[in-house]
Amino acid sequence: MFNLDQWQEIFSTIRKNKLRTLLTAFSVVWGIFMLVLLQGAGNGLAEGVLYNFSDARNAVWMGGGTTSMAHEGYNAGRRIELTNEDLDLLDKHFPEIENISARHYINANVISYKNNYGDFGVFAIHTGHQVAEALELVEGRLLNEYDIQHYRKVAVIGTSMREQLFKEENPIGKYIKINNISFKIVGVFGDIHEGETSRAYIPISMAQKTFIAKNSIGFFTFTAGNANVEEINATVEKIRRMYAGKHHFSLDDQRAMWSHNALENFQQMQMVFKAINLFVLIIGIFTVIAGVVGVSNIMLIVVKERTKEIGVRKALGARPRSIIFLILQESVFITGIAGYIGLFLGVILLESINKVMPATEFFRNPGVNLKMAVFATLLIIIAGALAGFFPARKAAHIKPVVALRDE
Amino acid sequence: MIALNNLHKSYFNGSNQLHVLKGIDLEIQDGELVSIMGSSGSGKSTLLNILGILDNYDEGNYYLADKLIKDLNETKAAWYRNQMIGFVFQSFNLISFKNAVENVALPLYYQGVPRKKRNRIALEFLDEMGLKDWADHLPNELSGGQKQRVAIARSLITNPNVILADEPTGALDSQTSYEVMDIFKKVNEKGITVIIVTHEKDISERTDRIIHLADGLIDKEYRPKKTMDYV
Repeated sequence: MFNLDQWQEIFSTIRKNKLRTLLTAFSVVWGIFMLVLLQGAGNGLAEGVLYNFSDARNAVWMGGGTTSMAHEGYNAGRRIELTNEDLDLLDKHFPEIENISARHYINANVISYKNNYGDFGVFAIHTGHQVAEALELVEGRLLNEYDIQHYRKVAVIGTSMREQLFKEENPIGKYIKINNISFKIVGVFGDIHEGETSRAYIPISMAQKTFIAKNSIGFFTFTAGNANVEEINATVEKIRRMYAGKHHFSLDDQRAMWSHNALENFQQMQMVFKAINLFVLIIGIFTVIAGVVGVSNIMLIVVKERTKEIGVRKALGARPRSIIFLILQESVFITGIAGYIGLFLGVILLESINKVMPATEFFRNPGVNLKMAVFATLLIIIAGALAGFFPARKAAHIKPVVALRDE
Repeated sequence: MIALNNLHKSYFNGSNQLHVLKGIDLEIQDGELVSIMGSSGSGKSTLLNILGILDNYDEGNYYLADKLIKDLNETKAAWYRNQMIGFVFQSFNLISFKNAVENVALPLYYQGVPRKKRNRIALEFLDEMGLKDWADHLPNELSGGQKQRVAIARSLITNPNVILADEPTGALDSQTSYEVMDIFKKVNEKGITVIIVTHEKDISERTDRIIHLADGLIDKEYRPKKTMDYV
């Protein structure tokens, strides 16, 4: 279908009608541009928020709360305190779960190294907690079983804590003071979630000898292997039942024990963003339709305006087919180029945003689904061709004598 | 040869029927220079449109070079127009964004002649009209007479059997009109049939045969005196 003459015809008509061509093109550029932008923004939002799910996806967090119902002779308002014993039970009765770990927050946590000090979070844990938090080892090592079993005064610290306390210095093997007790630093960890790197983790066994009650574990975490959301929820329910019996709270008492299922939460968020993406897609498609209507309108005017010229051409021997092709090719060409420009501008803008704007908790890596954008461009070309086709066919079929009379 | 037998044509405007041609019988031999005259509304333009296959007719027969031209589809009609007929219009009908040589070459484009070749041929025809130097100019840079000569070159480029001219001098002053008529005369001398619709008596008198229409019928037909007397 490549025909140099036809192209020369098209270029000369475009040159003749610069403004009109520009306006046609603009509606298409705008439609595709908006589609790309909306898509990119939607993706950025989803990426940003989902990125914050920095913990292991199969992690579960549970802890005792305060009872809200009287049960087995106990009053309501009783705190449920979990202990080492409870974790041992968990280990014994639930072979399907792994990385069972306590997590106890340590109060009064001014930490110092030489003359530097700061206010950081300190958590006493078992080793499994490091898996649930999905820590990345940056330097040295993480806490291990040996540390726990031997009550060692060691700590792993987060990257931003290292920055504040040690600046350029290598912290491994150095001692920091937590509430005036010296701890040896054995490792530095990173966490996707920036806020979770200004803290230190110490062995729970050591903490139970110094900072907190002997048996206290705070709350606990575990990971659930490859279980799906339903399986995890079933396990959580079983654990609740076990503790309900042991700690004498009603199974109906929702406040006696809380749980947080990372996978469920993640999947819910994914659903939310799927919905947002669908919404964005619908808006984008309507924007494209607006562009299509613009093209249709202008193609109608094009054909109307060229009725006389079409009449002349027919008098000179143009067949209906060549008239149709002439109009069609022009509209497809214009919409194609414009669609591509819209796509290009949209991608450029998103890339610049990506470069210039730092990633935040709500927005990161705005990107366009290229398949989607190409699809939209094809769609708009086809629509432009259809919009041009019907008026062109009409014009091509009217009698030349009528077309010639047109003023 | 052009032959019309009992040709009828009506226009319908809502419920009104306007009977424009009421049975035209006419023969025009190859190589004639004919003018069709008549007052406004006499049907002369309608007749020319039918001769040019720009319009259809209701009744009767129209033979062009022994072929019956009746109820053709658009593609077929386009082919006949392209091969056998050259048009010259009152308002020139040049395509405004094409220069002179491209306008002249357009009918060859629809024959599929390659661009270089058709532009070369077009330039020869422009040269014959004395417009070689204006080949690159757009229509709005040309005078009325020049435009009409470009249009005539365009009508001639396919070497048609017949040239149909609808008021070709209607938009020109009398001096230019006579020049255009001289061109038609030269064209005719090469053996091409020329049919001119006009309402100007002095133009019609420069043809060899005058067909006079009134109220949809040929009311008289005559040969004018020697035209050279006027020059």
